[in-house]
Amino acid sequence: MELKEFIDNFAAQMEETDPAEITATTAFRDLDEWSSLSALSIIAMVDEEYDVTLKGDDMKAAKTVEDLYNTVQSKL
Amino acid sequence: MAFFKFENLRVAGIATCVPEHVEPTISTSTAYNREAYMATTGILEKRWSNDFTASDLCQAATERLLESLGWERDSIDVLIFVSQTPDYILPATACVLHGKLGLKKACLCQDISLGCSGWVYGMTTALSLLQAGTSLRRALVLSGDARKSAYEEPDQLFGYAGTATAVEYDPERSQYPIFIEVGTDGTGYDAIIRPEGGTRNPINEKTFELVECEDGRKRHGLQTRMKGMDVFAFGITTAPKSIKKLAKEAGFEYADFDYFVFHQANRKMNETIRAKLKLPEEKVPYSMTHFGNTSSASIPLTITTELGKTLPDNKVRVIGCGFGVGLSWGTIAFEADHIVIPPLVEL
Repeated sequence: MELKEFIDNFAAQMEETDPAEITATTAFRDLDEWSSLSALSIIAMVDEEYDVTLKGDDMKAAKTVEDLYNTVQSKL
Repeated sequence: MAFFKFENLRVAGIATCVPEHVEPTISTSTAYNREAYMATTGILEKRWSNDFTASDLCQAATERLLESLGWERDSIDVLIFVSQTPDYILPATACVLHGKLGLKKACLCQDISLGCSGWVYGMTTALSLLQAGTSLRRALVLSGDARKSAYEEPDQLFGYAGTATAVEYDPERSQYPIFIEVGTDGTGYDAIIRPEGGTRNPINEKTFELVECEDGRKRHGLQTRMKGMDVFAFGITTAPKSIKKLAKEAGFEYADFDYFVFHQANRKMNETIRAKLKLPEEKVPYSMTHFGNTSSASIPLTITTELGKTLPDNKVRVIGCGFGVGLSWGTIAFEADHIVIPPLVEL
């Protein structure tokens, strides 16, 4: 799994945010469009692309996109 | 795995009763608007009323079903009531319903406390009893949830409904076995929970104080709260696995089935499950658009409201899959051979 690919997959779940705005250091909860519904899209994406089940606590513990990438990496 | 194969048993009919009152979806959060909520959950409106209990709705569904089937009341040997909104702490609501329905005394009645997976568990229990008991021939599985034990505003996700499913021992008409797979993950017991009012946290002077929950909303101790992300992750991983396990154990291709009736959790969760199983849209009916998430009623309700015109004149194969509070899941595969489905009952 590559960080760049993970960022692209993450960005693809966002509807209004410009994909160029999403980087490894993006604090995703600060995004204007972020809501509990976006979190569900990310959980579904991670399940589909990486066959990893993220829990609510995993989402809450991650601050940046790279944090989340590291969590997924640790569960592979 | 917990796997069942039932022979000589058939589903004879299914009926559903809902409150007449329609409650439209509204926005209750500043984080997203009504349209975004409806797009994700797929819920435009639901049936809701505090005038009836779950057992009232189940009773009306049962009366209509028995009439449509032409079943005598003294032919019922088993009554299972599946709900998390019973009439009383005790006695069991199944006993209350037994009396109101005028069933014979030689009848096994019991409650099952489960939600989204509950209908499959009710079916498992009823079918097991019919298969085991030489004198038991006909069973009713009543499932649903409605009025809560303390006043609540209408919920945006959940609608109220009561259902009745009739099963019977009939070696001549049941040519295809009924297969079931069930399971539990009790470590997630608090993923969906109504924390107070039981014996772990008895009702006290603070029970009705409003406390802020994970989703930012305030609730009192008798209101249900949910770890939405955990439940979502549980549903999208467990439901496809359960269907695949059942197919493998029973020795069929799940893609050969005609309909897949999922617990109506929310559209996003169900569409994710549908995509993972690669199922075409026309095989996966939705009732949540107009009825919301109806807990243990959702699978039989979806069969009556979405397939009610197709099933009575046909022989089709149906997979039903429920998953949620417990955490708990169950999948059932059965042949619907000209089953009786009376029109929706409204109170």
